[in-house]
Amino acid sequence: MTPLSNIRNFSIVAHIDHGKSTLADRLIQSTNTVADRDMKEQLLDSMDIERERGITIKANTVRIDYKAADGQDYVLNLIDTPGHVDFAYEVSRSMRAVEGSLLVVDSTQGVEAQTLANVYQAIDADHEIVPVLNKIDLPASEPERVAEQIEDVIGIDATDALLVSAKSGIGIPETLEAIVQRLPAPDGNEDAPLKAMLVDSWYDAYLGVIVLIRVIDGRLKKGEKVKFMSNDSIHHVDRIGVFRPEMENVDSLGPGEIGFLTASIKQVRDTRVGDTITHQRNEVEPLPGFKPAQPVVFCGLFPVDSAEFEDLRDAIEKLALNDASFSFEMETSAALGFGFRCGFLGLLHLEVIRDRIEREYNIELITTAPSVIYHVYMKDGTQIDLHNPADMPDVTLVDHIEEPRIKATILVPDDYLGDVLKLCQDRRGIQLDLTYAGSRAMAVYDLPLNEVVFDFYDRLKSVTKGYASFDYQMEGYRQDNLVKMSVLVNEEPVDALSMMVHRDRAEQRGRAMCEKLKDLIPRHMFKIPIQAAIGGKVIARETLSALRKDVTAKCYGGDATRKKKLLEKQKAGKKKMRQFGKVDIPQEAFISALKMDG
Amino acid sequence: MSETPDFGLYLHWPFCAAKCPYCDFNSHVRARIDEALWKQAFLAEIRRVRVETGPRVLKSIFLGGGTPSLMSPELVDALLQASKDAWAWSNDIEITLEANPTSIEAERFAGYRDAGVNRVSLGVQALREKDLRLLGRLHSVEEALQGLQTARDTFERVSFDLIYARQYQTLDQWDAELREALSFDPDHLSLYQLTIEPETAFGKRFDAGALPGLPDEDTGADMYERTQEICEAHGLHAYEVSNHAKTGAESRHNMLYWQQQDWAGIGPGAHGRLTIDEVRYATETHLSPESWLAAVKDQGDGTSVKNTLDRQGQLGELLLLGLRVTDGISTERLARLGWDQNCRAVVSMLDDKFIEIVNDRLCATAKGRPVLNAIISQML
Ligand SMILES: Nc1nc2c(ncn2[C@@H]2O[C@H](COP(=O)(O)OP(=O)(O)OP(=O)(O)O)[C@@H](O)[C@H]2O)c(=O)[nH]1
Ligand SMILES: C[S@@+](CC[C@H](N)C(=O)[O-])C[C@H]1O[C@@H](n2cnc3c(N)ncnc32)[C@H](O)[C@@H]1O
Ligand code: SF4
Ligand SMILES: [Mg+2]
Repeated sequence: MTPLSNIRNFSIVAHIDHGKSTLADRLIQSTNTVADRDMKEQLLDSMDIERERGITIKANTVRIDYKAADGQDYVLNLIDTPGHVDFAYEVSRSMRAVEGSLLVVDSTQGVEAQTLANVYQAIDADHEIVPVLNKIDLPASEPERVAEQIEDVIGIDATDALLVSAKSGIGIPETLEAIVQRLPAPDGNEDAPLKAMLVDSWYDAYLGVIVLIRVIDGRLKKGEKVKFMSNDSIHHVDRIGVFRPEMENVDSLGPGEIGFLTASIKQVRDTRVGDTITHQRNEVEPLPGFKPAQPVVFCGLFPVDSAEFEDLRDAIEKLALNDASFSFEMETSAALGFGFRCGFLGLLHLEVIRDRIEREYNIELITTAPSVIYHVYMKDGTQIDLHNPADMPDVTLVDHIEEPRIKATILVPDDYLGDVLKLCQDRRGIQLDLTYAGSRAMAVYDLPLNEVVFDFYDRLKSVTKGYASFDYQMEGYRQDNLVKMSVLVNEEPVDALSMMVHRDRAEQRGRAMCEKLKDLIPRHMFKIPIQAAIGGKVIARETLSALRKDVTAKCYGGDATRKKKLLEKQKAGKKKMRQFGKVDIPQEAFISALKMDG
Repeated sequence: MSETPDFGLYLHWPFCAAKCPYCDFNSHVRARIDEALWKQAFLAEIRRVRVETGPRVLKSIFLGGGTPSLMSPELVDALLQASKDAWAWSNDIEITLEANPTSIEAERFAGYRDAGVNRVSLGVQALREKDLRLLGRLHSVEEALQGLQTARDTFERVSFDLIYARQYQTLDQWDAELREALSFDPDHLSLYQLTIEPETAFGKRFDAGALPGLPDEDTGADMYERTQEICEAHGLHAYEVSNHAKTGAESRHNMLYWQQQDWAGIGPGAHGRLTIDEVRYATETHLSPESWLAAVKDQGDGTSVKNTLDRQGQLGELLLLGLRVTDGISTERLARLGWDQNCRAVVSMLDDKFIEIVNDRLCATAKGRPVLNAIISQML
């Protein structure tokens, strides 16, 4: 049993790609937690999609045994966290389970938007913060400049920042020592009634739901009955263990320790992150809990082949088992048939789920334009949460509409500042703050979320050649002059293309949309008008001219067989299109048409 | 099926001196070709197919490729002789050989004529030096024109092929080039819009975005229209999508295909359509030269596929090919194969004047022909 004074719990936090997972690798490896032959890069990123994209999506916990320079044995619990803003809630709840953070900053890049966001969260969680300047093996590394930046921009002392190369292993022993010496040991009382925090939970096909816990007080043993205080449900604990990073069973977990329990729980939805766990008959003061992660971006997912609707339902239900932040409900669209309206934490989250459905379940999808939740206030005093522009009620009954706003923080080299300000302005942003640190500017904007969900990040990257970083927080709702813009193809409205827009921007968006669709829809044997309209009023119009040339140049004896096959293939390709009246619209049009170039 | 279909023979020579980057024909480059071996195999196949078809009268023979003008005149003579022994030749039989216009090949023309060839289709492709290079051709413009002259001096009937909508080609340039071609007063021309075929060198470059300068759809359509106008004005009517001829000079062999008559296909990757005891068969042979040779030698049969075509299958092929011909398809024949003149697609395309029925024949209109694929896919 490890005394509290010899336990250190910490999270590794950083901007995306600054090297958190690689640093975790080195800490795991240099303490022989995992044998060399079992090591691989970013060991903790175990999901296929994480390995493929080279990013962390789920936070991961590992317990490390470390003999320090003072001769004592320590237990270190590290949590590697994701850097992408969509998964920020993973970081915030991980931080609640630990007392300190290693703040990793890429010394070739410097402080970025998520660095800041993470620091604020760490300060909020009362963490001791140890700055780590990573990637010092690279020629472009500028540790002094970055240390200075940390002091200027963040305002924390960086004189003792660790100089590390997670890749080549430089500075790893010093990091381990700093963890022991500079991070605080946890508090806790072994003799008090059991009090543990439910940090996270996920579904495992063999073991059912696995619950990640942090014990605050008391001791939890295998075979005991525990109570989840949020719903007073009682569970029989059939297994307790720690991650190294493989699951390893232990008999008990005491104060300050992080580990897991299983209790034959069937669904992730039966557990609530942030919940307080105690023994069956105890009453303890519950922990403050976490704010649950709320989906902010919504879109429709429809099977390309409508016969696959039930398979899609099955896939979505399975994924949702494991991801409480992902919501779904059935949706029907005149054009696209049966599908689901799904809610996500952000666009990356959307992409990840969509990819998994397509790949793991082999279902081709049509994804409709992402939207946010609008609050529609009716004249009769009622209020509707509008997830789907297609459901917009009759405007004559609407009093006003509110949209979600965010507070966005953008860090950018000042060479590109003008472009960034213009982009924010174009997206109806209101500047809140603008400060400089060295040659970098930090712009803080109040922006409508709907201007951001779709392609803001892509645009930001392209106007700044990838040098800007971006982070945001939800800031509540505000009224604005919002209207539903519908799109008509060959005089028929296409519900899946309708969108909410600000009245002042409607013409511009409508024009861009019609132009895009003109490029995306293949020519037909007749000409096709494409229109954008608000109510009955057309605000933009394009005409797709009729097909002029589509005939095989050479067709002789054997070509009939070949050509028949080709036509069959084209027919199969048509499945990827949806018919609207006489017009076939390719599925990618539903997303691509919304992308704005300006 | 009432009257016996006309009957022709297609012989495929699968070799070329070099592979053109746009070409997806069954053509191969080999360092050495054992003509004696090939002769044996062809003769064996002719005898085998003769047993299948029973006695018929040949209206046409087509030696295609590949580059059949790489065959020695002796080989051509042997093949034609064997075909004559197998089936009777009609008095007005058309015997076409596809030739590439390099000087070496032109030297063999007289030999081909003596073997019985009476029509040559020459792959000129372009009258611009730079374009021949872009198309990867081995001959110059001058060689091609000399070849053309030799061919005209040698054969009764000569046609040549040009490819348009090439890289960097403008409408005006094609207009001028086509007029130049017509100045030689040909009585038959095949004018093909360049098609980027998948799996070819051009196809791969195109996918990689490395095939610049190709005319867009509208320019291609303009070129096609201009082609029709110019040829018509010179007395060469378009009797098929890409084929133009003076009246009476149409290729009879190709009409067998377009009108879905019978033909035997012999040689690697050759397709055939044969009506035997009222049943229509679609045949294919092994594609690669080596596997075809081996199959003929070891199994005594080069066939790889022999399917029966039911009425619906026959209707599909008839529409697919028949509508390419300006003269169209007899509605009575279509009806016999189960065609429904009153189905929605047909009615709406008749209304929109993409197709028409004239003198009991279903034809694509001048407006419909350039978009025939779209028409046919609606009808199938
Ligand atoms: N040269 C060098 N490269 C490094 C170092 N540390 C990490 N990298 C590289 O940086 C990239 C990102 O590293 P990760 O460890 O996946 O970064 P991360 O912070 O976990 O990324 P997310 O989880 O996606 O936020 C990888 O290609 C690493 O190999 C370092 O010290 N030196
Ligand atoms: C069987 S091919 C080749 C005949 C001969 N070997 C030659 O190349 O001259 C017949 C004709 O098809 C045409 N052709 C071949 N590939 C083509 C393509 N990709 N696009 C358009 N026409 C093509 C050429 O005009 C060629 O002459
Ligand atoms: S175009 Fe003619 S010469 Fe060129 S590869 Fe094809 S068949 Fe052979
Ligand atoms: Mg990571």
